[in-house]
Amino acid sequence: MTTRDFHTIIVGSGPGGSTVADELTQAGRSVVIFERGHNHLIDPAHPDDLMQVFSNDELKYTERHFLGPDPWLEPRTFRQSEADGERLHVGEVNNLPATVGGGGVHADGKLPRFREDDFRVLSELGPIDGATVADWPLTYDDLEPHYATAERLVGVAGLAGANPFAPWRSSPYPMPPGPPMYAGLVTSEAAGRLGYHPYPAPTGVNSVPYDGRPACNNCGFCANFGCPIHAKGDPVAMLRRALRTGRAELRADAFVSRILVQGGRATGVEWIDRDGQTHQELSEDVVVAAGAMETPRLLLLSGFTNENIGRNIMFHMQTYVLGEVPFRVHGHIGRSVTHAHDDHIIVDDPARKAAQAAGLPWIKGGFVEHASPAHVIAEAKLYPWGHEHRRLMRDSPMRDRLLGFCMQGEDLPQATNRVDLDPSVRDVRGVPVARTTYKVHRHEIVASQHHGARLRSIVQETGADRIFLATSPMATDELRGLHSAISMLPISRHVAGTARMGRDPKTSVCDEWGRLWEASNVLVADSSLFPTISGYGPTLTLVALAIRNVRAFLGRQAEVKR
Amino acid sequence: MTSAEDGRDATRFLSLAQRRILAAACARLVPADEYGPGADEAGAVDYIEGLLGAFLVYPPRIWAGGPFSGRFGGEASFASFHRLTAVDELAWRTRIEGSKGIAERERLGPVAGLQERYTEGLAALGDDFPALPPEEQDHRLRSAGSFLDLLYQHVCEGLYAAPEYGGNRDLAGWRSIGYLGDVQPRGYPDEEVSGA
Repeated sequence: MTTRDFHTIIVGSGPGGSTVADELTQAGRSVVIFERGHNHLIDPAHPDDLMQVFSNDELKYTERHFLGPDPWLEPRTFRQSEADGERLHVGEVNNLPATVGGGGVHADGKLPRFREDDFRVLSELGPIDGATVADWPLTYDDLEPHYATAERLVGVAGLAGANPFAPWRSSPYPMPPGPPMYAGLVTSEAAGRLGYHPYPAPTGVNSVPYDGRPACNNCGFCANFGCPIHAKGDPVAMLRRALRTGRAELRADAFVSRILVQGGRATGVEWIDRDGQTHQELSEDVVVAAGAMETPRLLLLSGFTNENIGRNIMFHMQTYVLGEVPFRVHGHIGRSVTHAHDDHIIVDDPARKAAQAAGLPWIKGGFVEHASPAHVIAEAKLYPWGHEHRRLMRDSPMRDRLLGFCMQGEDLPQATNRVDLDPSVRDVRGVPVARTTYKVHRHEIVASQHHGARLRSIVQETGADRIFLATSPMATDELRGLHSAISMLPISRHVAGTARMGRDPKTSVCDEWGRLWEASNVLVADSSLFPTISGYGPTLTLVALAIRNVRAFLGRQAEVKR
Repeated sequence: MTSAEDGRDATRFLSLAQRRILAAACARLVPADEYGPGADEAGAVDYIEGLLGAFLVYPPRIWAGGPFSGRFGGEASFASFHRLTAVDELAWRTRIEGSKGIAERERLGPVAGLQERYTEGLAALGDDFPALPPEEQDHRLRSAGSFLDLLYQHVCEGLYAAPEYGGNRDLAGWRSIGYLGDVQPRGYPDEEVSGA
């Protein structure tokens, strides 16, 4: 008979799982963290000596899947609707890294909080036809202390008071902002002249030495890369704290294929090692933090039957507005993004009018990142071959002379947008893969067009000669015919909503504390819980929410034992 | 034929004749100009050979090492390629060698490997390709369909990826466009981040 070696099994070593590991081990519980990908981050035996593997190597990260998942070994599938048949595409579908550290490794670490309104979209703004807009079962005030903890743990650099639309905060940022990038200074000045409110983007990148890790040295390989000098704190800081206690085991290359359930309680998991061998691990409880596509996949593989599992998947509707300027902006020097503005999140009069004109009650945009491309292989592939190639690479209209914005537009939840198990595609282990069925709501298209036009005027103000607008997924119907199914596939790497939390098991997967309705000793600890996605990146919020929920979970576990 | 006779050696996949066609094609895709050598001279052929023959060396030339190249300080480690797990090897062998009817490589259907695509693509360009006038070479390239797309993608990688992958010879790709490449552990000073 197998015995329990750990109090808690944690599935996933990204920001959510690492945060839970930290909280549980600090509270004296033992955990084992399962990570399906490789470990390039931290030696469990020597958590203070971080591994020295990450590098400034465009090819390795953007072409050769170094952080995983390899889309051939672990594909996902995609279709827009059931009318497309079983699937349109097999391969990469909005993949986050499968590696120790998860999405924290590749992110450039923009870590904004959500606003007060984001937790009560339904009561503030009202319903929208075809969308399952809902309030969160908690408020910003409930989460604020945990946001503060999360910012201190990860180490967020920012400037309190710089963003007039920011929610209230109980403490300053733990670090001042890092050096502003030139392109961001140019776009911020232009935005300011037109009445917008740019501010230093809050980032989980060290501006000064912090938590035993060095300040960022501006190498430019930030978004999509692991940091060679570990100046990014998410989720290194939490994993390291957990491992230092001696109560955490980190098991990489270990894929959890099923949660074992008996009489409404999880008893452990079944997992597959790197050689394809299946094992069981027993525990008192199970935390699922596999990301908003892998979490519903695991719940479905485990035989849970709640009708809401996998539904309401949200990405961000990304609107890119970029202008070619007659001067160089060197986006390859610095930490990817140093400026942002939040004006487009506010439902103001022009946004209300645009909504009414389109027959919608309201529209919301999102966080606007001021950005400039940084990488040369990606750039080279945009240009034609022949004598033009080198002239264009030297003039660099699509990289070194390109600046502008990416807006992370709020994406409304829809019950028909969902993750389920693909009926026949299997991963290399023989396990059914996650299939995404997803189509944007008209809200996203109207909001993108409205705010895209406003962003275009800011780019124009910078002195740009030519301006390009693109969205992900592709927004306009006229363009659809010209592009493959791939362009309908969101590339945001912000995914949420597939195990939403709520107060009613008929409309949610988890209760208001993130516990599965069908098994109360299973805690979900990632962005799957989000009832709405807001216009902000999900990471800081999922970390804060994990802290809140796991502390409640610990309290409840103690009650059970008494 | 022995390997010496057909121009192959133990670390190369392509024959000498194939390399000549490939070099001529690379020279058309990114020709030499006043700012730098053509893609052939800049190492694109070696880069492509490095990929097609990744498993002719150990560890295979898939993921270069880290954290530093040594070009801006630190101990040079890019040239120490990562060992692959059995599963990673399955993925990369399938991509490079093709599925060849092997069941575990055909889970998602048959895969035409890069080696096969290059063998066929270079054959279609023709043994006479290197000797053709430039206009005729360009015409054949434009008729090469998806092989042209594949080749151009690899030429871009061969010019602008880290030189440890076999291309970007003497940093010719980066130098020709005024790009420094990997700069860790030095990084860039704050003034260069914020200044014009």
